[in-house]
Amino acid sequence: MRDELLRVSGLTVSLAGRRIVDDVDLVVGSGETVGLVGESGSGKSLTARAVAGLLPPTLTAGGSVRFSGTELIGASERVLRKFRGRRVGLLMQDPFAMLNPLLTAGAHIAESLPRGTRRDRQEVVRRLAEVGITNPDVAYRYPFQLSGGMRQRVAIAAALAGDPELLIADEPTTALDATIQHEIMQLLARIQESRGMAVLLITHDLRVAFQLCDRVQVMYAGRVLESGASKALATGPGHPYTLGLISALPAVERTAVRLEGIPGSVPRAADVACQCAFADRCGQRQDDCLTERPPLRLLDSGRLTACRYDVAPAASVAAPPSVPSARKSSANGPLLLVEGLRKKYGQAVALDGVDLRIEPGERLGLVGESGSGKTTLARCLLGLVDPSGGSIQLGGMDTTRLRHLPAARQREIRPLVQCVFQDPSTSLNPAMTVGATLAEAAALAAEQDRRPVGEVLELVGLPSGYAKLRPHRLSGGEKQRVAIARALAVRPALLICDEPTASLDVSVQAHILELLRTVNSELGTALLFVTHDLAVVRQVTDRIVVLLHGKVIETGVTASVLDSPGHDYTRRLVASVPTFTGSDACTI
Amino acid sequence: MDFAKVAAKRLGAVVVLLLTLSVLTYALLALAPGGPEEALLGDRASTPETRAAIRALYHLDEPFPVRYWEWLTGALSGDFGSSIYFRQPVLSVIGDRLPVTTTLAGFAILLTLAVGIPAGLAAGLRRSGVLDQGITFSTLVALAFPPFGIALVLLYTFGVALQWVPIYGSDQISNYVLPATALAMGQTAIVIRQTRAAALDVGGQDYVTFAKARGLPRLRIWGSYSLRNAALPVLTVAGLLAAGNLTGAVFVEQAFSLPGLGSLLIQAVNQKDIPLVQALVLLGGAVVIAVNLLVDLAYMVVDPRVRHGASTRAEA
Repeated sequence: MRDELLRVSGLTVSLAGRRIVDDVDLVVGSGETVGLVGESGSGKSLTARAVAGLLPPTLTAGGSVRFSGTELIGASERVLRKFRGRRVGLLMQDPFAMLNPLLTAGAHIAESLPRGTRRDRQEVVRRLAEVGITNPDVAYRYPFQLSGGMRQRVAIAAALAGDPELLIADEPTTALDATIQHEIMQLLARIQESRGMAVLLITHDLRVAFQLCDRVQVMYAGRVLESGASKALATGPGHPYTLGLISALPAVERTAVRLEGIPGSVPRAADVACQCAFADRCGQRQDDCLTERPPLRLLDSGRLTACRYDVAPAASVAAPPSVPSARKSSANGPLLLVEGLRKKYGQAVALDGVDLRIEPGERLGLVGESGSGKTTLARCLLGLVDPSGGSIQLGGMDTTRLRHLPAARQREIRPLVQCVFQDPSTSLNPAMTVGATLAEAAALAAEQDRRPVGEVLELVGLPSGYAKLRPHRLSGGEKQRVAIARALAVRPALLICDEPTASLDVSVQAHILELLRTVNSELGTALLFVTHDLAVVRQVTDRIVVLLHGKVIETGVTASVLDSPGHDYTRRLVASVPTFTGSDACTI
Repeated sequence: MDFAKVAAKRLGAVVVLLLTLSVLTYALLALAPGGPEEALLGDRASTPETRAAIRALYHLDEPFPVRYWEWLTGALSGDFGSSIYFRQPVLSVIGDRLPVTTTLAGFAILLTLAVGIPAGLAAGLRRSGVLDQGITFSTLVALAFPPFGIALVLLYTFGVALQWVPIYGSDQISNYVLPATALAMGQTAIVIRQTRAAALDVGGQDYVTFAKARGLPRLRIWGSYSLRNAALPVLTVAGLLAAGNLTGAVFVEQAFSLPGLGSLLIQAVNQKDIPLVQALVLLGGAVVIAVNLLVDLAYMVVDPRVRHGASTRAEA
């Protein structure tokens, strides 16, 4: 190990006496890149904040955080301020919220520079160049005049302006588009190398961590479950949870026969203080997992795991011979036929002549980054906005200007196409119980098409008792199931899914994707799956359409497009998906 | 969008608004029972001839559109007519009272901002601390008391019992200390609450955390980050309060017997002094518009998003 820079030992973070982060150890050597990986609620971000001494005032930290031998827990603001920026930098998740809207990009960098260089315009230009911004005029722009990727570059330049020895990057690319994510990660890796700076990378994405980090530490319910060299973890996880996470990752190179999520959801740290935190969701649980908290034990060279037992290799699934394939075009013609669809917002062209065809029961992926027009297309199909030109035919009916049809006609057509939105916490009415939401949705369909509440809940794998609950009692994955149930309540022929797993954890994502596949194969509902995630699209679609600047640039069978992309842009997209050479143990 | 464009756009709106205001006021006064001749004569016995003479003098018997047109053409040439009661040009009556009101309003808004913004910021930055709780409770008390109630308490305590300041008069600045305080109390409470909410909102933003993470000095974070971002909603409220003060702090002027525009307006309405009411109402409208324009211009100074127009999304 290189010189030790940061040593965290026995770190706790509590909210009103209740532990959220419990006994976390962490070491970062100088020049080393360490990944802190976990799902939401794992405490990874709070650990990072505690290291920087920037916990929200309602939280208190205990234990010890030593930076080059100086204790930071309990240190005064005066001491902490000397460390922040100059020795420890922090980069946060959302480039849209991280910069002061009233200051220019240059001002952010200048105010963070060491004393004496703050008035030096050339220094700001140099710092911008370091993060790949060669146009010096960017220094005079305000954040709202910059794209997300540019803002994140400016933020990186500002975080690095004080030349810290350690940069804590808290999910620095989660809010960005896939290709931009890739660029920013490459940039961080390049800067890390050229500066010889240590990086603590907080991420929910195992693939990113394995690709960029020397060592990875897996957190769960506020504690560390496993840590070790990236390669060792990737090839032979030493904890059932790590194995579960790896198995749940969809791969862009292949379509999994079955997507394995991890059952259940993350418990609160305080509820599992005296047992193995993962025991309730673990497939190889023994009695003593519940009676005592397993300590971290040394597995092999430098690898620690909080599991008493050797991890059993993932059970090989008895594979059905082939993945359900697309249905052949039916005698009645396509379910959805879009021709030359155009949409303009003022001067901006969102859709520029899009053709699209979905057969009944088919699964079509619509891939593109923000601004590609994929959401506008979905909104046109749903009849939420009027196209500026072209036509939409749904089940043989012209629905181009659905909003302007007579109300009775709309009531007939609208149930045919339903939508599942990205964020279930905002797409469900918080004031209504699940049952009321589902019944309200079903009432919109014709009598014979209504699905009773109990039936749709069963369809999406939720117990019927959930009908009485309000959304705030449900986890993110459960809310999304309810949202899917709501869409299915009117027996739609086409289900539009707009990034339905983008705000979910990877272990939950697998469940939802599996559910959508089942809905398609058992109910015959056609899917239009809108996403920027190629690994996800590979799992749930037969054909894909790639959208760029409102135009279809490539279309074809999902597997062949992803394996041998024809368009430059598709190639870039495929290349930006982080991959790691997984082991045999995690074959899925 | 630049300053000149905003100002020009506003000017158009001003003309339409003031015209509407003047028609409405004129019509309301014409519809109301009684006339200025009764106010002028009071209880004195009068012959119908006297009354007719007065009505003829002020053109009261002509049809409403004619009267309004006469008033309007006069007003456009700068002649707002003469006050029926004071028998002086309306502008000079208002001119006499204006300094009292502007002094009171200016004093009060100065007090409000000087106390309200720092107190609100302090409460917001030290959330749930003793200071925050104390300040928040004080605002509740200040809001609960009506301004004339506060006026009486202040008058008695500092004017009568302690005799620190004069209780009557309007020529020295010391005459305005108590009225301005009475007026500013409730308004300060509003500004404190607004600033506190804005500071709380700003304090939870990522950019403040990011600023701390870069080790910026505390003063810089308070100034460039908290204060400037919190200033936007506070500006709006301060503008509304200032406009309210200028168009007549009626209760406070009455309580301290200050001869300002507020008490003048009450008097004019009672006496059906149409030219005077008309001019006061228009002045009020103009002040509200002017203050709002100033607030908008201040927004443009503080916030680059307004200055450049948020629609101009630049390239990557």
